Amino acid sequence: MSLKIINAKRIEGLDSNVWIEFTKLAADPSVVNLGQGLPDISPPIYVKEKLSEIAAIDSLNQYTRGFGHPSLVKALACLYEKFYQNQINPNKEILVTVGAYGSLFNAIQGLIDEGDEVIIIMPFYDCYEPMVRMAGATPVFIPLRSKPVDGKKWSSSDWTLDPQELASKFNSKTKAIILNTPHNPIGKVYTKEELQVIADLCIKYDTLCISDEVYEWLVYTGNKHLKIATFPGMWERTITIGSAGKTFSVTGWKLGWSIGPHHLIKHLQTVQQNTIYTCATPLQEALAQAFWIDIKRMDDPECYFNSLPKELEVKRDRMVHLLESLGLKPIVPDGGYFIIADVSLLDADLSDMKDSNEPYDYKFVKWMTKNKKLSAIPVSAFCNAETKLQFEKFVRFCFIKPLQPPPLRL
Amino acid sequence: MFRNVTAIHLHLAGVFQRKKAGTSLARCLHQTFAMAKRLPARRLDGIDHNPWVEFGKMASEYDVVNLGQGFPDFPPPDFAVQAFQNALSSDFMLNQYTKAFGYPPLTKILASFFGKLLEQEIDPLKNVLVTVGAYGALFTAFQALVDEGDEVIIIEPFFDCYEPMTLMAGGRPVFVTLKPSPTQDGELDSASNWQLDPTELASKFTSRTKALILNTPNNPVGKVFSKAELELVASLCQQHDVICISDEVYQWLVYDGHQHVSIASLPGMWERTVTIGSAGKSFSATGWKVGWALGPDSLMKHLRTVHQNTVYHCPTQGQAAVAQSFQHEQLHFGQPSSYFVQLPQAVWRYRDHMVRSLQSVGLRPVVPQGSYFLIADISDFKSKMPDLPGDVDEPYDRRFVKWMIRNKGLAAIPVSVFYSRPHQKHFDHYVRFCFVKCRMSPRSRPWTRSCGNGRMNSGPDAACSSWPHLVPACSLPGCQPFPGWA
Repeated sequence: MSLKIINAKRIEGLDSNVWIEFTKLAADPSVVNLGQGLPDISPPIYVKEKLSEIAAIDSLNQYTRGFGHPSLVKALACLYEKFYQNQINPNKEILVTVGAYGSLFNAIQGLIDEGDEVIIIMPFYDCYEPMVRMAGATPVFIPLRSKPVDGKKWSSSDWTLDPQELASKFNSKTKAIILNTPHNPIGKVYTKEELQVIADLCIKYDTLCISDEVYEWLVYTGNKHLKIATFPGMWERTITIGSAGKTFSVTGWKLGWSIGPHHLIKHLQTVQQNTIYTCATPLQEALAQAFWIDIKRMDDPECYFNSLPKELEVKRDRMVHLLESLGLKPIVPDGGYFIIADVSLLDADLSDMKDSNEPYDYKFVKWMTKNKKLSAIPVSAFCNAETKLQFEKFVRFCFIKPLQPPPLRL
Repeated sequence: MFRNVTAIHLHLAGVFQRKKAGTSLARCLHQTFAMAKRLPARRLDGIDHNPWVEFGKMASEYDVVNLGQGFPDFPPPDFAVQAFQNALSSDFMLNQYTKAFGYPPLTKILASFFGKLLEQEIDPLKNVLVTVGAYGALFTAFQALVDEGDEVIIIEPFFDCYEPMTLMAGGRPVFVTLKPSPTQDGELDSASNWQLDPTELASKFTSRTKALILNTPNNPVGKVFSKAELELVASLCQQHDVICISDEVYQWLVYDGHQHVSIASLPGMWERTVTIGSAGKSFSATGWKVGWALGPDSLMKHLRTVHQNTVYHCPTQGQAAVAQSFQHEQLHFGQPSSYFVQLPQAVWRYRDHMVRSLQSVGLRPVVPQGSYFLIADISDFKSKMPDLPGDVDEPYDRRFVKWMIRNKGLAAIPVSVFYSRPHQKHFDHYVRFCFVKCRMSPRSRPWTRSCGNGRMNSGPDAACSSWPHLVPACSLPGCQPFPGWA
């Protein structure tokens, strides 16, 4: 190829990716990888069994319905109707996508235009910014803010949005706000009051809400996951995104879904029919059957939606204890499977880390991976370029890992 | 600053139906207020309609033998099914994310398998990207390489997603048509007869031409582009510095001794071609949705950027199954035991049966050299039954397909959907049939409506009320169409 510029402008500046860099570093088998959000625990047995049974059925090896395999969308409608005031039409109000990641993409491509503004709350799951930019829109950032309170364990609930600051980010060009609850990386579970502030602004400014709720079941004692789409005036303007990978610990199945009113979902469906058309059939059928098992026993402690958060709460507490014993200051998450910790108190000697332009947490993680055989993700990777310094003291650890991490001394 | 909602949709009937007991009416009404802002992004303009949804729905309502959508009604070969089972029962970590650009054993085997075929050193990390079906590879290539205002040459008739994908990327489709040469009386038309006019093709290239999308074997006509035809396309691409996106999903489905040629293997083409393939079509497992793109790093790096900002990862276990299936094929390559040899040989028979059957009912098939499909000329029906029910400007072939669904128990796809809008009325006398069907589908109760004497009647006036005999009857219930390989 000669002089022509090869790539489309929509991907300018979107090529670098924190995961590619840090998973490469952590690929060394001697490194304990607490970086990527990937369960090192086995999915429930009945989930694996269902997929095995289904793989033997002929017709399930061929194409299924593009917007979602019929038995799966029915199961999703049945499950989620328990949380909404309205019935959910499985064909018109649900779209099955390639992971929640795919739902985020479909929602942004379907509803966000060039010139639109989209509010993103920092720190943010890192794909929100590049997806918004790829759609030609402008991300508008607002940070969660907190200070530790002496004598009290630092909690994700101490991190809040300033309502006035939030209101100042909305204007007539604001097309959407992306909400993530439970939040990655901090683990915050937004309260009713906090969601009401966001809902009020969405209604006032006629803005959409893209609500990323992949960790909806992973909520710990004393907290409750609330769906902003159930607030008055919000169903009509919200896309709610869920994930099979996070629900059943099967991230490699890459199935997710968007739920919302037809006048929004139809545009995500248009994106679907012009991008991947349909998701894999056997996985969708297996997921549907796994859902039916747990839908029938939602109050039972054996239901995975109940048993997984119980299991993870124990792991969370162990991780808090471990990080404290290493001299770090963790922020106890109310939900999700990540925990962030302030690493600056350790005052680690990072002088031999090259590239002094990198934020502190990048250097710290590289030092920790190389010297302490433990990897994690720098939280400034979840910030935009201008505000990386606000979060450069923090590192994110994933705790959906076997209960016995090797003893570590930092 | 308060904005009044100006567009209010009150779906009162829907509101009463959908509300649950105990919900106040006020809350329901409040919840039906729609947004005043324009909702869909402009990139979706003109691409929301989809013919598959329309015809698929109709086919399911009428309980027909569906020869419309392109998927086999026989299972994947045993070794592939076994490979999937192995992926499920081995390492439980296969239930988790794998590498974003492709499960390593899969990218490795694709690199070595296609490296040999394309006579090219292929690096699994730099030159291979695994995608959600070939459809996903097409989307990724368009988004990576086609910009606002770029022209993309599309050869008609085309797999219908090429046009909307070009439009969604802000590109401008430029069409060039495969034209059939007239046939002798009594002679069957052949897909190889459908050709590009070299002068016309050359005239479509301008300084704004960014890419040309090639599909060989072609869907819907079933043409397998010859080496000479590909050399013509190649020389124009090089002359005008244009990228070639080569959709080769049916590369193993070639008949009558024809050879599939990958344009990327021609001199000067590797560096400007993205070659797309499909596990679904290769292993008769369309539901696995595993595809790939191959090409030089200078192009593939941009596809990787799109991929990491769209789906990021593809499902792991399907990839593991495809890797193992390719390992099987690599061992048997070129031998009678290879699936890539046996599949076209078997499907060839179904093609021939369908050609004969279509002739028997007065349709004039165009014999394909490759792919899952053939098209049939319905001009005789058009002259005998010109006024089939439908909208006033609805192309004839669409009305014919609807008539066929309602009256003949058979579904197919009108070929005008594979043409650009201005050309649809010139090509409204063909219908596309998928012949990769070896037995009656589970919904083929129309068998009971067929002629009791079992005879095939011919012509549009035939007494036989339905046409399911177009699909070869299988002698064994739940048959394995290809006994002998497992």
